[in-house]
Amino acid sequence: MAVTSTQSSRTSGGGLWIPVESWPSIRFILIQNRAGKTRLAKWYMQFDDDEKQKLIEEVHAVVTVRDAKHTNFVEFRNFKIIYRRYAGLYFCICVDVTDNNLAYLEGIHNFVEVLNEYFHNVCELDLVFNFYKVYTVVDEMFLAGEIRETSQTKVLKQLLMLQSLE
Amino acid sequence: MPAVSKGDGMRGLAVFISDIRNCKSKEAEIKRINKELANIRSKFKGDKALDGYSKKKYVCKLLFIFLLGHDIDFGHMEAVNLLSSNKYTEKQIGYLFISVLVNSNSELIRLINNAIKNDLSSRNPTFMCLALHCIANVGSREMAEAFAGEIPRILVAGDTMDSVKQSAALCLLRLYKASPDLVLMGEWTSRVVHLLNDQHMGVVTAAISLITCLSQKNPDEFKTCVSLAVSRLSRIVSSASTDLQDYTYYFVPAPWLSCKLLRLLQCYPPPEDGAVKGRLVECLETILNKAQEPPKSKKVQHSNAKNAILFEAISLIIHYDSEPNLLVRACNQLGQFLQHRETNLRYLALESMCTLASSEFSHEAVKTHIETVINALKTERDVSVRQRAADLLYAMCDRSNAKQIVAEMLSYLETADYSIREEMVLKVAILAEKYAVDYSWYVDTILNLIRIAGDYVSEEVWYRVIQIVINRDDVQGYAAKTVFEALQAPACHENMVKVGGYILGEFGNLIAGDPRSSPLVQFNLLHSKFHLCSVPTRALLLSAYIKFINLFPETKATIQEVLRSDSQIRNSDVELQQRAVEYLKLSSIASTDVLATVLEEMPPFPERESSILAKLKKKKGPGVVPVSELEDGKREGGELNGGGDRGPDSAMSASNASTPSPSADLLGLRSAAPVSAAAPSAGSLLVDVFSESGAGGPAAAVNDDGFLRFVCKNNGVLFENQLLQIGIKSEYRQNLGRMYLFYGNKTSVQFASFSTTVSYPGELQSQLNVQTKPVEPLVEGGAQVQQVLNIECITDFSEAPQLNIKFRYGGALQNITLKLPVTINKFFQPTEMAATDFFQRWKQLSQPQQEAQKIFKANHGMDTEVLKAKLLGLGTALLENVDPNPENYVCAGVVQTKSQQVGVLLRLEPNAQAQPGVQMYRLTLRSSKDTVSKRLCDLLAEQF
Repeated sequence: MAVTSTQSSRTSGGGLWIPVESWPSIRFILIQNRAGKTRLAKWYMQFDDDEKQKLIEEVHAVVTVRDAKHTNFVEFRNFKIIYRRYAGLYFCICVDVTDNNLAYLEGIHNFVEVLNEYFHNVCELDLVFNFYKVYTVVDEMFLAGEIRETSQTKVLKQLLMLQSLE
Repeated sequence: MPAVSKGDGMRGLAVFISDIRNCKSKEAEIKRINKELANIRSKFKGDKALDGYSKKKYVCKLLFIFLLGHDIDFGHMEAVNLLSSNKYTEKQIGYLFISVLVNSNSELIRLINNAIKNDLSSRNPTFMCLALHCIANVGSREMAEAFAGEIPRILVAGDTMDSVKQSAALCLLRLYKASPDLVLMGEWTSRVVHLLNDQHMGVVTAAISLITCLSQKNPDEFKTCVSLAVSRLSRIVSSASTDLQDYTYYFVPAPWLSCKLLRLLQCYPPPEDGAVKGRLVECLETILNKAQEPPKSKKVQHSNAKNAILFEAISLIIHYDSEPNLLVRACNQLGQFLQHRETNLRYLALESMCTLASSEFSHEAVKTHIETVINALKTERDVSVRQRAADLLYAMCDRSNAKQIVAEMLSYLETADYSIREEMVLKVAILAEKYAVDYSWYVDTILNLIRIAGDYVSEEVWYRVIQIVINRDDVQGYAAKTVFEALQAPACHENMVKVGGYILGEFGNLIAGDPRSSPLVQFNLLHSKFHLCSVPTRALLLSAYIKFINLFPETKATIQEVLRSDSQIRNSDVELQQRAVEYLKLSSIASTDVLATVLEEMPPFPERESSILAKLKKKKGPGVVPVSELEDGKREGGELNGGGDRGPDSAMSASNASTPSPSADLLGLRSAAPVSAAAPSAGSLLVDVFSESGAGGPAAAVNDDGFLRFVCKNNGVLFENQLLQIGIKSEYRQNLGRMYLFYGNKTSVQFASFSTTVSYPGELQSQLNVQTKPVEPLVEGGAQVQQVLNIECITDFSEAPQLNIKFRYGGALQNITLKLPVTINKFFQPTEMAATDFFQRWKQLSQPQQEAQKIFKANHGMDTEVLKAKLLGLGTALLENVDPNPENYVCAGVVQTKSQQVGVLLRLEPNAQAQPGVQMYRLTLRSSKDTVSKRLCDLLAEQF
């Protein structure tokens, strides 16, 4: 049994085995730069710290070798990664293999457009210095591993309101 | 529009982050962090009460440090304090800290739950959302217990704000998934379903995820959601591109909600109500029509959003599998995408078409795209797209196009990406067998497979071709002739030698009439490959030779000569030597009749599911291969023969003399593989008293707790990763032990420079003596090698010896270090004694240092039989009727070391109702040596 490819690691002992129905749609959201530095890691299921580190490294390795001619989807363990690159940042969302690829791909873009408005031309440093606000943006748009709100107007209005609070 | 400047609000934090970014080295960073930690610690400990702002700032810094990858062991209390602040920003940081650094400290959980409770009842929507998000992010059972009753009320209350409803719906979903037994929807069901009608699209978007999950579990109770979902969908689909304002995304009305609605409908069969069904079919048609309309924007976001809905609609159409018209339209639409310039769309079209291929209504329509798909297989740049093309070819294959598809896949194999070759080989092998009308084509195909991709042809594949040849006498002559020709290539793959050796050994007589393939020519041809082959193949060839002696008496002298040569009869490999000796003897002693009986042609294999198919299913995981379709094909195929997991080599040795197979492994590690696709690991074959109930936990954890799992047992799987599995079997007597380690190569590639070393941390060197011989430096793909360790306990010890394994896999050096499960209790001799004896000795060992005691929470259930099994596994005698309290367990034993014997008494007192829902144990050990008591106590406290 060759276990070199991501394909076959699906059923090998190394992956995770939890009954499917208890999984959220989104397993995790990662924002990484090209060097592999994590700018956001939001986990929607329990992983221990070593496993998280492993996932972060694996995702980086899988995603950064791909170019513009490749799809925005990669099979990964028994999940799949939907990702999009914006300048030096990779936005990755890990979902079930049966989930709708394009819906999550645009989910990423919708999120990026919100960040862009909120931080006024967002750049990597904004995410570093305001890491605690990025979590708020995520929670407005994705919760419990599901899409919570998709309207940019509504999300930004809410963020503006929170911003005005002390 | 809001714009946020760098770290506004908390200057100290921004400065700290800048400092960290300016650090030139890891050391500098650690130094800066330690300085900050010391500063924060002193602030938290200081006499002066900190104001909310400072507390927030420091907690936020701690969080940042944690996110950099450093451990944080304080500040939790301060974070909890922030939760009760009246200021949003302080509360938010408190909740964020709790969500990221969940701590199961029960004291804190109570405080956190208290704060959440206050916020939930605050009627302040911002605070309510923060509290709900915290529950949704943590999702622990304690939280479910505290809030599962309250949240449905918030969700359906008339005066709840929309944003709170959104959070409440998903919060409830999280709790339901984590603790379904605690979330009772009963009275709320109908009101939750009616959230599909909510005016606020955001509420519908959130609620529908909850409803979908609940529908999957309780389809009957929620079935009214179908008609509501259809009418909601219909309203969205028929709206103009600007009607929905906030929820229009690049001119597409509510794309995410549409997808979620279509997905909810996939939980149910087609609606029975004609009007509802009509409306739904109309929606689906509209979606298909829209795909044909010119785009309203050139932006990729527009087409992606539109196509997200389209693909979800097609999934629903395939799920219903009852509307031929829609199925064919879907297929045509996907056909257009096959040549789209967007790689994403080509990929998704191939993937989606794969499921369409298994519907009787669209199978033919899919087949019309065969040329495009073949072209994709040849020209796509992204290997994952080529993989989907290969999947689709496999799915669309039937009797009419099998030869073309198999030929294309074979020619693709020559250049295929390494990562998909093995799967391609399996697919070709299955198609060739399933659609073989004449079996000479099948034999040619498999031999081609071995020629082109021999390294990727697994045992199942070459076993299978042999099974089929044995079961079908019309193909045996052809097979012998073809394999004979294939072997004449100057370099041929070892798998070819295996198949050749086996087939010529059985059916070489069918081509022996031709002087170009006379018996001696056949033998010389096979033997010319012998020295290039691995041990298992050589063993197989020796069996072929003895079969030759039976088939062709004229070869007897030549073959006996070979068997008699030193390189065979004195071969250092015991299996080869034994075969050579036995076969030589057999051929010289047995009469022709006896020989003919012993070496008779193999009987047909029993008909069972193809082992290759089982392997492919296993590879792809359940549900990925259109299994039902394949099985239909198998029935229709009818002429399938043979099967079974029995490999021909083992069958061959069985029909021969009593040759013990070298691969008969003690743990049955390998034979388990083909059938149980979902079995977490081979470890489950063994009686494993410590296995987690339900096998639910992450399998990766096996590696970490490997050592502790063997305290009370001697056999099992010690370690497993993607490359290597290490099985262990051990036995102990007095102060001596013997441990067998089985290193299994799980890959199909050889491990080189394989070596192991045992090291002794601390004082162990003088306490324990482990002797072993080096293992063979090469471990073939799929092979298992064994190593024996002889262990002597000189005096009592606390550390564990370490085993370091190094090998090269595909050029990369692998380095694994494990603790060997040699623990002091292994050298126990059980001691039976009566109650009076026990208590007398117990009193004698009453000095404080002789006793070690621990009180700890039960990690496993308190099942009596399991507890007993563990205590017996420990090696002591379990004494019945000794402790006056029948709930308690007492044990006695003597630890045998070379220098001394140490008597040990043990008492384990379970307390099933320590606190509500908490089970505790008190464990007490007394022995004549303090280090022994302590070590045993530490080891055992981890076991219950």
